[in-house]
Amino acid sequence: MKISFQKNNRKFSEIFLGALTWGAALLMCAVLIYIVGFIVWRGAPYLKPSLFSPVYNSVNVSLLPALVSTVYMTVFALALALPFGLGAAVYLAEYARRGRKVVRMIRLATETLAGIPSIIHGLFGMLFFVTYLGWGFSLLAGVFTLTVMILPLIMRASEEALLATPDSYREGAFALGAGKLRVVFRIVLPAAAPGVLAGVILAVGRIVGETAALIYTAGTVAQMPFAETGPPLVDVFSSVRTLSVHMYALTREGLHTNEGFATAATLLIVVIAVNAAAARLAGRVGRNGA
Amino acid sequence: MNVFDIAALNLWYGNFQALKEVSLAAADAEITALIGPSGCGKSTLLKTLNRMNDLIPGCRISGDARLRGQDIYTELPVNELRRRVGMVFQKPNPFPMSVYDNIAFGPRAHGIKSRLALDETVEKTLRAAAIWDEVKDRLRKSALGLSGGQQQRLCIARALAVTPEALLLDEPTSALDPISTGKIEELLLTLKKDYCIIIVTHNMQQATRISDKTAFFLLGEMIEYDHTKKIFSLPRDKRTEDYVTGRFG
Repeated sequence: MKISFQKNNRKFSEIFLGALTWGAALLMCAVLIYIVGFIVWRGAPYLKPSLFSPVYNSVNVSLLPALVSTVYMTVFALALALPFGLGAAVYLAEYARRGRKVVRMIRLATETLAGIPSIIHGLFGMLFFVTYLGWGFSLLAGVFTLTVMILPLIMRASEEALLATPDSYREGAFALGAGKLRVVFRIVLPAAAPGVLAGVILAVGRIVGETAALIYTAGTVAQMPFAETGPPLVDVFSSVRTLSVHMYALTREGLHTNEGFATAATLLIVVIAVNAAAARLAGRVGRNGA
Repeated sequence: MNVFDIAALNLWYGNFQALKEVSLAAADAEITALIGPSGCGKSTLLKTLNRMNDLIPGCRISGDARLRGQDIYTELPVNELRRRVGMVFQKPNPFPMSVYDNIAFGPRAHGIKSRLALDETVEKTLRAAAIWDEVKDRLRKSALGLSGGQQQRLCIARALAVTPEALLLDEPTSALDPISTGKIEELLLTLKKDYCIIIVTHNMQQATRISDKTAFFLLGEMIEYDHTKKIFSLPRDKRTEDYVTGRFG
């Protein structure tokens, strides 16, 4: 009697827990689908050609300048942060003696840097890049502020990836008489590439989604970042707004809420496209590697 | 002429002395087996011969170790030493790249760029390691897709690709099944003609099957070093006898 009761009891708790976890997963999906659906449903009807005019004015509220500026902002910030972040990670993981005080301090500093709210990065950027260095509200000030923000992300992800590379690879390479540089660049870094890429994806997400820090450093002018001579030359001292800032401006003014949703839908598509491309790239690097 | 001459070698990891006054000579065209219980210093000795110990912080060495008469610590650049003294590890460790690139890594590291020369080296060493027929159709595929035994033979081929004079093997078959082990042992017996081979093994039968000479280690000391037949039939030292007859270890 007792035994069968316990048996039933266990069965019930198993079903209950199963339903609970299943429900949690379903809820997660539902929230995501709701958000994406809501934005697309509200935004899609307003995705008109005029929204993609090369020049912004208060009638067409074009998002194209913001889109172009976002791309430049992302590319420049990554181009600055990746070499430094990766370089620092290579030093920490491959050259510094493990467990040294300096290493621990650098790691602590990185973690602190990663935990600082973006508005404080914005304030620092405004005081230092915009005012002290006299760059004004500009693409350049925005890029440098973003670089400071994403540096710890890239560095930590790269370091983790390097440390996760088995020592047996390093031993095997050293045992063949290969030099340190060759071991790091030909063996360890390729093996760590998917992890580094994961850090880059995180960084792209942070850049594309950033508003607070950029309003104080890059400003909010809705224009292409090009020099007067025209593309492809870029005027790094021109004030620009990214898509997220553009959205913020549109919805805050309250006059173009629908176009704000259309912008959000575009931003969503861009982010999904970037992530999909990165995932494919990671897959290819991984296949070559593994 | 001996390939390795080691005299009164002492080695410390921090304050722990892992090798005590070890003296040993290993000749060309011979397989020398290093046996002894875990922690007796046999792997440490092996790693000294191509200076892989350099990678371990706190490692100190005194005494004399020579490769064909040249002091391995003072007279040979470390990368040159490691080219001349190949090493195969306990766990097969192919690089996460293609079979071809695994073999070509060593020669490339030593400045060989010519496509033709690399192609030739890859085929020659894979043949020498008795794995060519199994991988010739998948040279461009990842080496991680090979079986454990194939991976280990690939690692042997990789070591041969930089034209070494000696091969150090650290329990190369302990992670493999009996059939793969048999293939590796067969391979070592063929390779012995051209190389001085030193192998660390926990497998007494393996030592008797393939080695010409055997050195028995205990707690960092080399207790006895003689022809393998002698060690296993008429050991001079009581401790050697106890170990090879399975009384401890």
